[in-house]
Amino acid sequence: MTILSKFSWLALFAVLVAFTAPVQNVAHADEFSKIVQTLNTKSKKKLGKAIDAVVATGDERAVPVLEALLEGKLFYRKTDNQVFITEKSGKVYLLTDPSTGKEIGEATRKEAKKIGINNRLRGQLKGALGGMTLMSPDAEKRLKAANDVFKAGDPAMLKILKKALLREEDGTVKERMNRALAAIELEHAKDLQIRLLAVQKLGEYTDPEVAALLNKIIAGTKDEQLIASATETLSDVESSLASWAIVGNLFQGVSLGSVLLLAAVGLAITFGVMGVINMAHGEMVMLGAYTTFMVQEVFRNYFPGAFDWSLLVALPAAFLVTGLVGIAIERGIIRWLYGRPLETLLATWGLSLVLQQIIRSFFGPTNQEVGNPSWMSGAIETSTGLVLTYNRIWIILFSLAVIALLAVIARRTMFGLQMRAVTQNRAMANSMGIRSGWVDALTFALGSGIAGIAGVALSQIDNVSPNLGQSYIIDSFMVVVFGGVGNLWGTLVGAFSLGIANKFMEPYAGAVLGKILVLVGIILFIQKRPRGLFALKGRAVEA
Amino acid sequence: MKKTVKTLLGAGAIALSGLAATAVQAADTIKVGVLHSLSGTMAISETTLKDTVLMMVEGQNKKGGLLGKKLEAVVVDPASNWPLFAEKTRELIEKEGVDVIFGCWTSVSRKSVLPVVEELNGMLFYPVQYEGEESSRNVFYTGAAPNQQAIPAVDYLLSEDGGGAERIVLLGTDYVYPRTTNKILRSYLNAKGIKDADIMENYTPFGHSDWQTIVADVKKFASAGKKTAVVSTINGDANVPFYKELGNQGIKAEDIPVVAFSVGEEELAGLDTAPLVGHLAAWNYFMSVDAPENEEFITAWKKFIKDDKRVTNDPMEATYIGFKMWTQAVKQAGSTNVDAVRQAMYGQKVKNLTGGVAVMNTNHHLSKPVLIGEIQDDGQFDIVWQTEGEVVGDAWSDFIPESAKLTADWTYPWVCGNCSKPNFEKMPTN
Repeated sequence: MTILSKFSWLALFAVLVAFTAPVQNVAHADEFSKIVQTLNTKSKKKLGKAIDAVVATGDERAVPVLEALLEGKLFYRKTDNQVFITEKSGKVYLLTDPSTGKEIGEATRKEAKKIGINNRLRGQLKGALGGMTLMSPDAEKRLKAANDVFKAGDPAMLKILKKALLREEDGTVKERMNRALAAIELEHAKDLQIRLLAVQKLGEYTDPEVAALLNKIIAGTKDEQLIASATETLSDVESSLASWAIVGNLFQGVSLGSVLLLAAVGLAITFGVMGVINMAHGEMVMLGAYTTFMVQEVFRNYFPGAFDWSLLVALPAAFLVTGLVGIAIERGIIRWLYGRPLETLLATWGLSLVLQQIIRSFFGPTNQEVGNPSWMSGAIETSTGLVLTYNRIWIILFSLAVIALLAVIARRTMFGLQMRAVTQNRAMANSMGIRSGWVDALTFALGSGIAGIAGVALSQIDNVSPNLGQSYIIDSFMVVVFGGVGNLWGTLVGAFSLGIANKFMEPYAGAVLGKILVLVGIILFIQKRPRGLFALKGRAVEA
Repeated sequence: MKKTVKTLLGAGAIALSGLAATAVQAADTIKVGVLHSLSGTMAISETTLKDTVLMMVEGQNKKGGLLGKKLEAVVVDPASNWPLFAEKTRELIEKEGVDVIFGCWTSVSRKSVLPVVEELNGMLFYPVQYEGEESSRNVFYTGAAPNQQAIPAVDYLLSEDGGGAERIVLLGTDYVYPRTTNKILRSYLNAKGIKDADIMENYTPFGHSDWQTIVADVKKFASAGKKTAVVSTINGDANVPFYKELGNQGIKAEDIPVVAFSVGEEELAGLDTAPLVGHLAAWNYFMSVDAPENEEFITAWKKFIKDDKRVTNDPMEATYIGFKMWTQAVKQAGSTNVDAVRQAMYGQKVKNLTGGVAVMNTNHHLSKPVLIGEIQDDGQFDIVWQTEGEVVGDAWSDFIPESAKLTADWTYPWVCGNCSKPNFEKMPTN
């Protein structure tokens, strides 16, 4: 009954506000806009106080103003020092009056200047906005608000947080709000019992932020009971964090493995199956990445709305471009050099330099901007402190899909059969009527095309510059040799085991030494098993 | 028969006079050597500086050249290959006879050039921020020394406005600049009361692209209940994947700010900076500086490079200052003779692009302002802090005990780049 009546009062109030808003605006325009005007200051200290003053008005118009300030959209006009919320539109800014919310004209870049903030103010703003948006109808906004309130740790939020908790129905948001409540109580409550209870509540959340808070409390208090309780909870949190860190490490290893796999899988065909030492393999990856850039440029200019789909177009485009380049290389250079590995090595290495310089002259030496589609940005953040980034997850899935596709081509298609026949016994294949020359060209094109689509994936996590390929060529050869030449399965296992070994070594040995250790390990392994993990057996291999 | 001999002789004479004419013409220009990598890994950064020098040469020639002669740029490509830098320097000085060289980016390339310019008494202008601990008679350092970049940046991080950091992560690429800078920073932080337990140091190879573990480690390090900040001396290509990983793992600038010493407008050009807003960089120049000289420079640059989207950056300003100072010194000396120009360089003043004045000091380092900028979503920097005036570049750091004793001063009575007492009697005579 009481809740119901409260709601009806709220509703009535809302209706009243809605009806009287224009009138109210006139009445209060002066005061609110005066306070908003104080945001126009060069001193960051004064700006901090001005933000507090805006928050203190409790006016609902404060939210868009503070949001604009946080996003760098709050400007002042140089002629009369008026503060405006701006929206960029082509070369000019559209100005909105913060107190009336009405558009009142535009200004050029020279006429208006942004009110800059720094990281301290950014934290303050997020905390304040968190408090103001705890009741937002949007669950996602409430979740963000709860997290920001946790970080701000401001005791003034306690009241509104409790109120919001009562209304909250979404389970996840409620959990986060409870976390924020416990954090504030732990830090600011005077009653020891409340604080001890808060420690217990926080013990349910095992993320690094809670660990940080507990550490801070332990260092800051003199109360022994509190220290003992917090220390105990902290060690629980930390041991759970440590075990989740192993899962995280495994994920990182698999992710590095998938990158290695993508870089190496094209080479597994050209080097592994055909036996061509192709030093220009990395440049095929690079060409794939530049194709992605070109496709995205087209999308940016003509279909900006469909930008998220650009990668799906880039995949076949990159396969086609690099595949055709692959055919040209095979027909133009490599076919004259079969059976002469040293010459092939030198010729393809020269070719890689030529390709790099062509790209450098054409696109310039600087990095090109390749955007992440929205479904590849961000991360899944679990409450256990484990962060799985979307781009890595997609790349792992993509690399597995590529290898599965290749396995199907090699095992289940006519072309795959011919390809295997030619590599196993060329003379016999010829006499069976297979045009081995064309099979060579197509196999090389397939390997290059796969390298190209690897470039599409790698453009999402690395620089798109003319040097892109160079950084992958050594790793690719390493994977193929380690996994066993001529064996796709070996490449898969080789890539993932190298990735995971590297990542588990890194925290102890550092990135530089870790890589060295992996290399030494491979050298020793190759000494023992010269043909790699999975050696091909058969007559052709011995030849 | 005689006739043919005569014609032959005549032809020879004409050919000879032709040769002489070209020789005279060559003497009529002042040659400016440009030693920046146009291919290989460093091309990404150095090509821009080559273009900057060419723009300055063109501008000077439009004003009528120097000492009544035209300037002629001699461009060579050391191809990001450190030993080749030394060879190309020798070629520029001995074969081409250049009067001055603008060049180098990485410290290792400068170290490779050093013995050659000293042996042949050349003059090199080095335009990039570096680790200090050097002052050569034949090099003018127009980039920042550590006290003009690293130390003020750390001061900012420790200040209230910078977030009041109490724990610092030092991330760097594994070579001489980050290692030396971090050595200086560690002893500076210790002096500021931050213990070794609160400092994490990590090095990665050039072009490192898998930052997952390191970013996760930084997060873990930050969970000790003290405000944590990252100081990054990560160089070159490795920065883009590093910042992408930061953005994806959701490290916000207000939680763990990252201040970088090698990330400028050019490096951000290939990056979506929206998730990075608030992370910091320390330089002596930002493209966003509001000054008439800067506006003029940006307009000239965009016109010269014929691309409205190209950005300007700190090493470009350093090249600009170095070039202007050299032309002024040549005018004052009335000659391009290296020894004469060197004397004229000391105390030379040039308006920098941030509204102040750069002065060349007798330790061959400049006085420069220090700016700290925040990354914005348009790839530019918003200046959040700057020094009151210009800071004098310090060749030998006060925070490394063995260096603190050394002085670099190339005027009487020191005449030395690394001495603990004056050295005038040993003054070289050439």
